Parts: sequence; structure tokens; C-alpha cells
Amino acid sequence: MYKTALYNLHKKFNAKFVSFAGYEMPIQYKDGIIAEHNLTREKSGIFDVSHMGQLFILGDDKLTDKLQEIFPTDLKNLSINQSKYSFLMNENAGIHDDLIITKISDGYMIILNAACKEKDFEIIKSKLGEDFKISLSKDLSLIAVQGPESKNLIEKIIPGVNKLKFMFGGDFKYNSNNIYVTRSGYTGEDGFEISINNNDVVKFVETLISLGSNLIGLGARDTLRLEAGLCLYGNDIDENTSPLEANLKWAISKNRINSNFPGAKKIQRQINEGVTKLRVGIKPEGKIIARESTKIFDENNNQIGKITSGSFGPSVKSPIAMGYVNNTYTKENTKIFLEIRGKKVSASVCKLPFYKKNYYKGDINVGS
Amino acid sequence: MSEVKFSKEHEWVTISDDVATIGITKHATELLGDIVFAELPEKGTSVTKDGTAGVVESTKAASDVYTPISGEVVDTNQSIVDDPSKINNDPEGDAWFFKLKVKDLNEINSLMSREEYEKFAKESTN
Repeated sequence: MYKTALYNLHKKFNAKFVSFAGYEMPIQYKDGIIAEHNLTREKSGIFDVSHMGQLFILGDDKLTDKLQEIFPTDLKNLSINQSKYSFLMNENAGIHDDLIITKISDGYMIILNAACKEKDFEIIKSKLGEDFKISLSKDLSLIAVQGPESKNLIEKIIPGVNKLKFMFGGDFKYNSNNIYVTRSGYTGEDGFEISINNNDVVKFVETLISLGSNLIGLGARDTLRLEAGLCLYGNDIDENTSPLEANLKWAISKNRINSNFPGAKKIQRQINEGVTKLRVGIKPEGKIIARESTKIFDENNNQIGKITSGSFGPSVKSPIAMGYVNNTYTKENTKIFLEIRGKKVSASVCKLPFYKKNYYKGDINVGS
Repeated sequence: MSEVKFSKEHEWVTISDDVATIGITKHATELLGDIVFAELPEKGTSVTKDGTAGVVESTKAASDVYTPISGEVVDTNQSIVDDPSKINNDPEGDAWFFKLKVKDLNEINSLMSREEYEKFAKESTN
């Protein structure tokens, strides 16, 4: 079992650990998932996401051309330090992984899901050939700091991060060492992700805690991302779902739809002909919770889909879920039925996200 | 009121005359985490020792609640259905689950004392 550089700090803060993608990770600390969820929404939370892959590929315009053959994202028009959400897809447009690509001065940095990173590395490396230097970092930790107070806390340690806009990053210094900070995250809150050397990360996180931020476990990370309508790879998307079926069409660059990347033909066909199933938000009636794999039925008892993620939403204060339904049941407020412990429970299809985002997109010019 | 007794499934029971009050232990709530849903048996139904008699769900997972003793359900605690967080706050007090008219008082002899349960809980956690 792998451990991150913050393992001993998690232990010191009474973490309960779970095994996740081969890593021993904190699922919660002593106050529990709901308290941690609320701390992130209302104040500031620190997430150790060092188990995720940090892939670096070095190269110039030739690399950009080559990567456009792998990803459905317009990388040519990406400015340096800009990030985009994207996918590694198979020929059938199934999703190998969802990821964040950031253009950096000497190439690209790609953040990969922990469970997929080794497989992704092999796929990308084999597609790139021998012309580019590619490496999956072992020396770097990755920390997400999320929630409304985070910007002021981090600014005290890394002056200037405050000015970053959502989905942009930059090089900064910490203890005279280089770190890379992006304004991003996966909680629906304003926040940052910090790529920092394993040797510096403990001190960095301890400083953030002393300033008032809080360690948050994977349990709250899951309820936060679910409320924000964000997909968990392996649950809500996988090799049998396409970005269109997952309702993530926005992440495929418009000017790339008719170009050549794995799965392009399927994507084009799904755009023209529509999809047979679609990811939607689902609200069960009452307090009952519909977990992943719960079957979804119509009023005539025909199965029309399956839940892929479900829990209690601490901010919306009700059960929430996401799942796939046949394309004639995707309209908001469509009444559906969930089979939970042998009983049919009514629910309705609803808009995503359950909780509205607060991303920082720059200062608004009032009166202009 | 009898001494409180405990089951291996982490329920507690007290008996007053022939009515048993049943809930889940503090240790159980610590294992479960934040409880967000509770389902109780219907009044009037008969439940059998070690059979399921309800469900609790935390933010993490669903767990069955078992009855440590057989009988007929005569009362249920609706307040924990309305506000499941009460189960975390006072599991061995106000947040009882249901009351039974006890079928066989001898069944209680197979249950653990507090001291025995605490030892059992500690060993099963390690």
C-alpha cells in the first residue's frame, strides 16, 4: 500500500484511513464528513490529492499537434498557464480517464485520476512515440485548498495567487522552492491546487492549518463533488460511457469535433443522432438514499437506467444522486422510481449541479 | 428497569416489565459516522431475535439494524426519522429506535453486560 508524504500528518489529526487506488488515504478526521463538508463550503479545506498522477510532457508546437491527436481539446488556442478539463478516450469514445491539461512554459502538465494514472501513462506514451520526454512525477505532492476563505489564507503564504482566475495557473515560490498553483478544484468552491515537492508539503499544509484551514478527507470530497454535479471516474464515467452520454459535451472543443482524435467518429454520430442514455441529476423523495447501482424504473415498472453516485448532500440537506436514464426520461421533473431494498421509491430528474458554484472568473467591471 | 444489555450487532436493550427499548450503541455510531437516514419497523409487526428491524444510513453506507430480542413492535421513535443526526448525538438515550412487547424474557440472558460489550467492541475494532 502506498502512502503520501502527508500520511503522518493525517495520522496526527486522527484520520480514519481507507484504501483507495492502492493508497492509504484519509476518508475523514475526527469531526466527520458533514462537519468537514461544511468547513469547506463555509471556510477553507485542505485535501491531500497526492495519489493523483502528475504527468509532464515536454515539447513545443509539434507536441501540441501530437496531443491534439490524443485529446478532443483545442490546445493550440490554450495560453500558457491555462487549464482545460478533457478526456482520454478509446476508439468507441469510451472514457479511459477524465483529466486536466495545463499548458506550461516547456510543455504540458496533465493531472490524472489515481486509479488510472499508470494505464494513462502507457496509452499516452505509446501514442506519442519516442519524440517527447514524458514522466509521471514521483517527487511531487498535490494539495487542493478549497472554500471561500482559502484565497486569503494562501495569499499569506504565496503572495500573488489571489490574482489567478479560474482554470489558470502559474509558477510561484515557497521557501525559495518552485511550486505550481492553479485556481481549480473539484468541490464547486473557489480554490487552488498546488503542486509542491514532497519535502515541502508537510510544512506548507501545517502552515495553512495554523492560519485556519482544515484537513478534509475523501468522504467530504465525495459529497462536495456530488453536490457540484461533478463526475467520479469509475462511478459516473468509464470506458462504456462517452462524454456526450455523460452530459460533458462542453468539454469537447467546438472546433475539434470534426477532427481526428480517438472516438471522434462516435462523438460526431452522437451529436448528429443523439444519445440513447444521458447522465442526469436525481432527487429521491424523502430522506432515503439511493446508492450507486440502484435501478431506475418508469411508472410502468420498466427499467430505464441506473444510479452511478448517490449520497446525502449536507449543503442541500437532502439525498442527491446522479445516474443514467434512457433519453426519453431526461427532462427536468420527470417522475422516476428507484428500487431500494426491494421497495420502489419515487424520485425526480433534476438539473445539475445541486449546489451552485462560486468560481472566481476575475473582477466584474461595474457600469461598463 | 433492567440493566442495559448489548448484542454483537451493536444494539442495546433495556427491559421494563415486559416492554423492551432498543437502540444502537455509541460505538456503532462512531463506526458509522454521520447518520442521515433511519428506517424503523412498523408498529404491530413481529420481529425475531437477530432478524433485521430497520436500517440506518450514514454519509458512507447503509447498515441493517437487528433486534437483539423477539417480540411485537409497540412503539417507534419518529423523532430520529425526522432528524437522524439525533442518533449520533444521543444514541444510548433519547435516540432509541423501537419498543417491543417481549415474547420470551429468557432471550436476554444470551446478551452481553456493558463490561462484556465494551471488551467485545474494542476487540472487534482492532
